[in-house]
Amino acid sequence: MTAGVEGRRAVVVALLSTVVFFTLLGVAITHAPGWPEVRRTFFDWGQFKDSFPEIADAFLLNVKMFCIAEAFILVFALLLAIVRSLPGPVFFPLRALGIAYADFFRGVPTILVIALLGFGAPALQLKHVPLSTTFWGIVALILVYTAYVSEVYRAGIESVHPSQDAAARSLGLTHFQSLRKVVLPQAVRRVIPPLLNDFIGLQKDTALVGFLGSVEAFKQSQIDAAATFNYTPFVAAAVLFVALTIPLARFTDWLVLRDRRRRQAVGA
Amino acid sequence: MPKYPRGRVAAVRRILALLAVTALSIAATGCGGSSNKSAEGTTTAASCSKGDLNLVNAGTLTVGTDNPAYPPWFGGSEKAPWKISDPYSGQGYESAVAYAVAKQLGFAKSEVKWIVVPFNTSFAPGPKKFDFDINQISFKPARAKAVDFSDSYYDVNQALVVLKGTPIASATSVDALKPYKFGAQLGTTSYDYIKSNIKPSKQPAVFDTNDAAVQSLKNKQIDGLVVDLPTAFYVTAAQIENSKILGQFPNAGAAPEHFGMVFEKGNSLVGCVNDALSKLRSDGTLQRLRDQWLAKAAGAPVLK
Repeated sequence: MTAGVEGRRAVVVALLSTVVFFTLLGVAITHAPGWPEVRRTFFDWGQFKDSFPEIADAFLLNVKMFCIAEAFILVFALLLAIVRSLPGPVFFPLRALGIAYADFFRGVPTILVIALLGFGAPALQLKHVPLSTTFWGIVALILVYTAYVSEVYRAGIESVHPSQDAAARSLGLTHFQSLRKVVLPQAVRRVIPPLLNDFIGLQKDTALVGFLGSVEAFKQSQIDAAATFNYTPFVAAAVLFVALTIPLARFTDWLVLRDRRRRQAVGA
Repeated sequence: MPKYPRGRVAAVRRILALLAVTALSIAATGCGGSSNKSAEGTTTAASCSKGDLNLVNAGTLTVGTDNPAYPPWFGGSEKAPWKISDPYSGQGYESAVAYAVAKQLGFAKSEVKWIVVPFNTSFAPGPKKFDFDINQISFKPARAKAVDFSDSYYDVNQALVVLKGTPIASATSVDALKPYKFGAQLGTTSYDYIKSNIKPSKQPAVFDTNDAAVQSLKNKQIDGLVVDLPTAFYVTAAQIENSKILGQFPNAGAAPEHFGMVFEKGNSLVGCVNDALSKLRSDGTLQRLRDQWLAKAAGAPVLK
């Protein structure tokens, strides 16, 4: 009973403090001297309605780039992670290459990779090399995010206790059989939340491809903002990105919760 | 007051007070064009003697433009922090016009200060760091809600730059341009022109900078680059070998597209600059500067 009362009190306190906090924040912002100007330039409803359909159209390109890139990233990153976990001195060159790759592409800002590839590769004027800026934007995203995601996979692989691998090998499984049947299934399940975290990052970084001239959501919002000298289209683009990200974030939470429940059930 | 019962007077007062508050809040949020009009009204009334001008830094005319400063709008040799040209040179059309306006307002050449203002920040809300920005910015009614524009200092036509020997280079009409991929620079009206007049079948590309647009045409990632005519002459002469101006486009709207200087909304300086521009127009200075710096832009075939 007391727990119920305390629970209810906690809810009331949380509600009250939330209301007070956001009221104060709202009052502070709306009473700032520049608020009328900010409201006109960032939150113009008429402008929002005018620019939203075009930005939503352009957003389809972001979704497309994200889906294509993600499929390749998941495969390439896993391969890279496996290469980096290869045992033995014979594979040192491969491991070193893997490390160099991950270091390089995590170190260079994504927008630079996009700019260098998007304008550099077509400049070679090679036959059969696509000229499409969107194509090269996607390639750049794949290169960069493969480096990040391979680290996530590797963390998962290393989190599986060596005794698991040792047990598998003692049963006569080869290194790759043990990796495939014993280590990876456990590793991948553990890293699903950080993987989805990188998906979200990738979703947002599709906006960088606009630098090459592709008209995606952010570029379209820039076009609208420059045409009207009003930043409301940026807010419209932000709304679209958030609308795509939030379901993915909640899905991640749900996966984590489900995994925890399952493990607890096994433990009991 | 005996005519009215007390309660009713109080009620009326309350309503009046409420109305006043509403009116004030509407005025404070700046909605409605009436406040804009009154601002415009005051600009012409203000004195235009040098001491009375509303300036960012007293005694100095602070002028903004983007970096790099491209010919034929700016000339002279590159001098840090400026790339490609030097606005202080007084050479190039926009630099020359800015100094001519400054002279009309009573500023010596040494009293003009140039600052770098990227196009995207020229219309950011809040106080501006420049007295005016001169950066090939086209007047548009929607833009004029956020900033004030001076009158035209240049009426502009859009033009199409292509690579010689590519399929598009043999097109002679606007209709023949439809199957190609076009590019434009962000913030220019060139993009609007492509979308609403050429109406190509492929989504045009939009670039943040002139460099990116030029590189893309060099790479053949786009078939044609739409820019204003004077810039087209610079692109073909200095930036892309083996390129040519396929033609200029007839002005689409009833009123010619024009470049204006950009001011902070409500700045009383606009009126004085407009007075200066109208003097420069009537005494032939603007025409002379146009002939001097943009002469080539007169003769390009018109695409219909």
